[in-house]
Amino acid sequence: MIAFDYTRPASASEAIAIAAKQAHAKYLGGGTNLIDLMRETIEEPTALVDVSTLSNTIDVRDDRILIGAGVKNTAVAAHRAIRERYPMLARAILAGASAQIRNMASVGGNILQRTRCTYFYDDAAHCNKRWPGTGCDARDGFNRNHAILGASPACVATHPSDMCVALAALDATVHLRGVDGDRTMKLIDLHRLPGGRPDIETELRQGELITAVELPSLPSAARSTYRKVRDRSSYAFALVSVAAALDVDDAGHIRDVRLALGGIAHKPWRAFAAEAALRGTPATQPNFRDAAEIELKDAAGLRDNTFKIELAKRTIVATLSELNGRDRS
Amino acid sequence: MHFIINGQNHALDLDSRTSLLDLVRDHLLLTGTKKGCNQGACGACTVLVDGERINSCLALAVQYQDRTITTIEGLVSANALHPLQQAFIEHDGFQCGYCTPGQICSAIGMMAEMEHGVPSAITADLAGETVQLTHDELRERMSGNLCRCGAHNGIIQAIQDSFAEGGDFKTNYPKEAAE
Repeated sequence: MIAFDYTRPASASEAIAIAAKQAHAKYLGGGTNLIDLMRETIEEPTALVDVSTLSNTIDVRDDRILIGAGVKNTAVAAHRAIRERYPMLARAILAGASAQIRNMASVGGNILQRTRCTYFYDDAAHCNKRWPGTGCDARDGFNRNHAILGASPACVATHPSDMCVALAALDATVHLRGVDGDRTMKLIDLHRLPGGRPDIETELRQGELITAVELPSLPSAARSTYRKVRDRSSYAFALVSVAAALDVDDAGHIRDVRLALGGIAHKPWRAFAAEAALRGTPATQPNFRDAAEIELKDAAGLRDNTFKIELAKRTIVATLSELNGRDRS
Repeated sequence: MHFIINGQNHALDLDSRTSLLDLVRDHLLLTGTKKGCNQGACGACTVLVDGERINSCLALAVQYQDRTITTIEGLVSANALHPLQQAFIEHDGFQCGYCTPGQICSAIGMMAEMEHGVPSAITADLAGETVQLTHDELRERMSGNLCRCGAHNGIIQAIQDSFAEGGDFKTNYPKEAAE
């Protein structure tokens, strides 16, 4: 780890002003990913601007909930309004990491955590994300945990967050502040697919700070959940995960559905195609399966992860069936 | 920098790169807290900050100035073991003992989470009023602490023995997100 200046500004605006004066500044939240990346010399900031004590309230209104970017993951998952109105979000957070890490990690840091691709961490490996233009050893290496949707010849890494999968399904908006002022962006537009530049992971501008995440009103999310499939039952990254909300009318037809996938792409994957296929149709297992087939139509497996294509389909069906209740499916 | 560790005030001049783990072990010689993986995977470095469990290996000390930090050494009172330490002995909750300080600090932090009604990934009813400390809840909630000797069954028995299995815990999490 190289030496850095540490500052703890009193406001977001002050943090942005400090970061703008440094060529290689990083905002520091809980540090659970950034400190590790700095030890591995993947990240080498010369200044850390500690924003962990800023923006740490949850503002609950009837029509939305605004979660400060500095709020700890545990505090989000434990909040009664989140548990009752957006259970998929509480479940997604609780499915991630360990209790110790959830107590440290902030919402903003969770969003901006980087892939756990082992080749990205290995400084003897070729990695276009770490050293653009050097190639990708994961493509022909051990790629059990890698992407099946939206990958490119340059990169097959996945975004590791569970929380973001729920935020994608919920149509969450990210509040940003930069030297040019404030703006908002849909979470699903924040992260990029790798394309030819996997080193550029988000649409954030230089020095821009995430200040909050806004959850819009979604009454049907009260009936929502998160299902994570992984190699051990706790404290492991997802092979495949599904965040889903299902709203079924009295006749058994789907009024609305929200579906997002984790562990399978370079960004949290909102399953728009499957949602469109499901709306207005009877909530049945064959229809869930058909929608899953549509969403995974372009999926491409690598040597070790082709199983994830079928696993993703089955996990979608299982999650929607669970929400639909056994009597209906 | 000023730190409050086990009720003692410490003023030190530290490199900003120093982790909270290296502060307590290398600078304050509180070597009860252990360095296992140094990357947040094993939980051996677990300490309590304002009563919450964290991995001290991933914590920059500079971020924890003026917070109330408790390590395994801080649990002993008047030279008497903490009841959970005694329970680990009685239930063979360790062999080599390397993970034990982290396990014990983690279990104490876990019980505070239960009392605050924090649910877990396996809590069936997120909107429920109570959480039960079942065997499965305990295993899930302690999954951030690995024991390479395989003493997990004894660890779980020790925690259950100390904190009555199946007890009801209020889920009205009183602490708003603002710290």
